[in-house]
Amino acid sequence: MMLRLKFSAAGAILTLAAGLFSSPTWAQADLTSGTLFSNGNKFEEKTGKALYESICQGCHMPDAKGATGAATYPALASNPRLASPLYPALKVVQGSRAMPPFGGQLDDEQVVEVVNYVRSHFGNAYVDTLTAAEVKALRP
Amino acid sequence: MKHSDAPASMSRRELLTLIGSVAGGAVSYRAMAGMGLTTPSNYQGPIKLEGNPKGATVLILGAGIAGMVAAYELRNAGYKVQILEYNNRAGGRNWTLRGGDSYTELGGFTQKCEFDKGLYINPGPWRIPHHHQGLLDYCRRLGVALEPYVQVNYNAMVHSSRAFGGQPRRFREVQSDYQGHIAEMLAKVTQQNKLDEHVTKEDQEMLLESLKDWGALDKNYAYAPGRESSDRRGFERPPAGGLSAVPIHSKNIIPFDQLLQSRLWAAIGAGQNYEMQTMLFQPVGGMGRIGDAFKREVGDLIHYNAKVTQIKQETKKVTVTYVDTVKGGAPQTMTADWCLCTIPLSILSQIDVDVGPKMQAAINAVPYAASTKVGLQFKRRFWEQDEHIYGGITYTDLPIRVIAYPNTGYHEAGKGVLLGGYMFGPNAFEFTSLPPAERVRKAVEYGAQIHPQYKTEFDNGIAVSWHRVPWTLGCLGVWTDQARAEHYENLCQIDGRVLLAGEHASYIPGWQEGAVLSSIDAITRLHKRVTA
Ligand SMILES: Cc1cc2nc3c(=O)[nH]c(=O)nc-3n(C[C@H](O)[C@H](O)[C@H](O)COP(=O)(O)OP(=O)(O)OC[C@H]3O[C@@H](n4cnc5c(N)ncnc54)[C@H](O)[C@@H]3O)c2cc1C
Repeated sequence: MMLRLKFSAAGAILTLAAGLFSSPTWAQADLTSGTLFSNGNKFEEKTGKALYESICQGCHMPDAKGATGAATYPALASNPRLASPLYPALKVVQGSRAMPPFGGQLDDEQVVEVVNYVRSHFGNAYVDTLTAAEVKALRP
Repeated sequence: MKHSDAPASMSRRELLTLIGSVAGGAVSYRAMAGMGLTTPSNYQGPIKLEGNPKGATVLILGAGIAGMVAAYELRNAGYKVQILEYNNRAGGRNWTLRGGDSYTELGGFTQKCEFDKGLYINPGPWRIPHHHQGLLDYCRRLGVALEPYVQVNYNAMVHSSRAFGGQPRRFREVQSDYQGHIAEMLAKVTQQNKLDEHVTKEDQEMLLESLKDWGALDKNYAYAPGRESSDRRGFERPPAGGLSAVPIHSKNIIPFDQLLQSRLWAAIGAGQNYEMQTMLFQPVGGMGRIGDAFKREVGDLIHYNAKVTQIKQETKKVTVTYVDTVKGGAPQTMTADWCLCTIPLSILSQIDVDVGPKMQAAINAVPYAASTKVGLQFKRRFWEQDEHIYGGITYTDLPIRVIAYPNTGYHEAGKGVLLGGYMFGPNAFEFTSLPPAERVRKAVEYGAQIHPQYKTEFDNGIAVSWHRVPWTLGCLGVWTDQARAEHYENLCQIDGRVLLAGEHASYIPGWQEGAVLSSIDAITRLHKRVTA
C-alpha cells in the first residue's frame, strides 16, 4: 500500500494520502520556521525537543499536562510512572490503548532522545538515561 | 482464454441475453454474479428482524452511524431503545463543518468556522464508493440526496517539489506519457522477438494491437507527437471552430527517464483502488446530511452530553454509568436488558467495562491512526476560473499531500472552499502538534507552491486533527493481520449482555460502510439471541 505503513490491512482510506513520493533521505524543510515535516513514513526529527514538539504534544499537549475528553491523554508532567525509563520507552515503541505504537517510525536513537527529554523536563528531573540497546530489546 | 463455464459457441453476452429474456432481470443478475461479471455487496438489502422481542430494552452507546443504524432498526423491530452520546450532536465522525460552527479540540483550542453561507468542509468522511451498498441504501431510504464525488480529474495536478523545477504537471500528461512510454518499449521488445518465450506468435500480434490502443502509439508503434498522443495528453492548440480551428499537436512529451525519476507515476494510481473506483458519491450539502437524516428518525432516543464512564453487567441486566458533561453533578445510571456499545476503542479501552478477558484484550489491541484535514476558503474559485479544475484531487509530495477541489457548486460566483491538506502518517502527527491557526497557515504556504493564487485569494481556514478530537482520540482503528487473527472474533462476540459495533468491528476500517455492516451484523445476532 502506498502509505507503506507497518500494518497491512489498515483500509484503503489510508492509501489516499501520505507517502506517494516517499524517499527516506529527504525532509521537507519548512518555509518560514524551524518546523520540520517528514517526507516518508519515518519521523525525521532528531532531538528530544523536536520529537516532543512534533509528535507527543499533539496529544499530551505543549505543557505535557495531558487532556481529557470522552477519555484521557495522561499528563507526562510530574508523572511518577516515568521513574523507570523503560516504562515510557515501552509505550513509545509498542503503544498502549489510545497511544499508537511508534516503533516502526522511530529508530532507537530517536526513542532514547524523546524519552530522555520527557524525563528531564516538565517537572521531571530524572538523571539516569535510557540507552539505544535498551530500546532495541523492547522491539517485538 | 475461454471461460470454462460459458459454452464455447456462445459469447457470454449472448448467453446472458438469453437467460435474461427467458427468466427476467433478477435471474440474469444472479447468473452474471455466478460468471464473475459482478461482485455482489455483502449487504443483503434492508434487514428483516422477524419475531417479537417482547419489550426487550437495548441501551446504545454512541450516536454515530453504527449506533443510529442499530437504534433505527431495533426500534422498528419492536425494541425499547435509548442512546447515550458524549457529544451535543448526532453523527459522530459523520460530520460537516459549516460557516458559523465552532469546534473546540482537546487542549481547549477553539476554532470558529468562518466560511460563507452554504460552504463547508467534511473533516472526516467525504466520499462513498458505489459498492458501499449498505450506506447507500440508508441514503435512499432516508432521502439523503447524492451527487458525484470526483476521485480522478485528468485536469488536476500531480506535483513533486523535486521534479520539473517544482512545477506541477497535469494528471492527463503524466498518465498518458507514462502509459505511452511503457507501451512503446513493450512493443519494441515484442517486435525484436524478445517476448517469444512468454507470448505465442499469434498473441504477439494481438499484444501489439493492444499496446497501440492502450498507449496511444502511432502506426509505427511509437509514442510520439501526433494525433494519437494528443488525443490523450492534450494539444498545444486544441481543435476549435472557424478559421482558428486547426489543432496543433502537443510536442512536450515528458522523457521516460525524467518521468520515472520524478516519481509522479506514484500519484496517478489512487483511482484504480477498489475503494476509489468511479462511481463515487457525496451527499448534497455535506457528509453530515446522513447523520442529520438518521437524527430525524432516532433523535428522540438520544441523550446528549452523556459521557459513559462504566458498563456493568448482572445476570439479567446491564447498568451503564454516565456523567452529564454540561450540567455536571453526580454520575447517573441507566439500565437495559442489552447494551450495544459503539464507542471507539481508543476511548472504550479506558472505560471500566465488565466483559471477559478476551474481549477486554481485544478492546485494548487496536491503536488509532492520525489524520489531519484542513479546509480553506478563498475569495474566488480560481481553480475553476484560471485552471479549469472542476472537482477532483491534486497530489503532491509536500506535507499537505493533497488539494481536493469542491465537487459541487461549479461556476458559482463568490467564495469557494477546498480541502487544503489531508495527511496520514508522520505529517498528520506533525500537523496535530501545531496550534490550529498554524496548521492553516502552513497549508496555505505549501499550497501556494502549486497554486500561486493562494497568496492573494486566501480568506480563512479551519483544521481538524483527529487525535485532538475529544470524542474519538484518533481517526480510525488500525488492525494488523496479527491483531485480527488474535482479537477480531473476540471483539465481535456477544459477551453476556454486551456487544460492540462500529467501524472498528469491521473489515472495512475507516469507512462508514464498516460501521453500517458491523451494526447490522451485531443486531442480527442479538435479535436471534433475544427471540431464541
Ligand atoms: C479523516 C477521516 C476520513 C474518513 N473518510 C471516509 C470516507 O471518505 N468515507 C467513509 O465512508 N468513511 C470515512 N471515514 C470513516 C468513517 O468516518 C467512520 O468509519 C464512521 O463514521 C464510524 O462510525 P461509528 O459509528 O463506528 O463511530 P463514530 O462515528 O465515531 O461514533 C461513535 C460515537 O460515540 C461517541 N462517544 C465516544 N465516547 C463516548 C463516551 N464515553 N460516552 C458516550 N458516547 C461516546 C462519539 O461522540 C460518537 O458520536 C473517515 C474517517 C476519518 C476520521
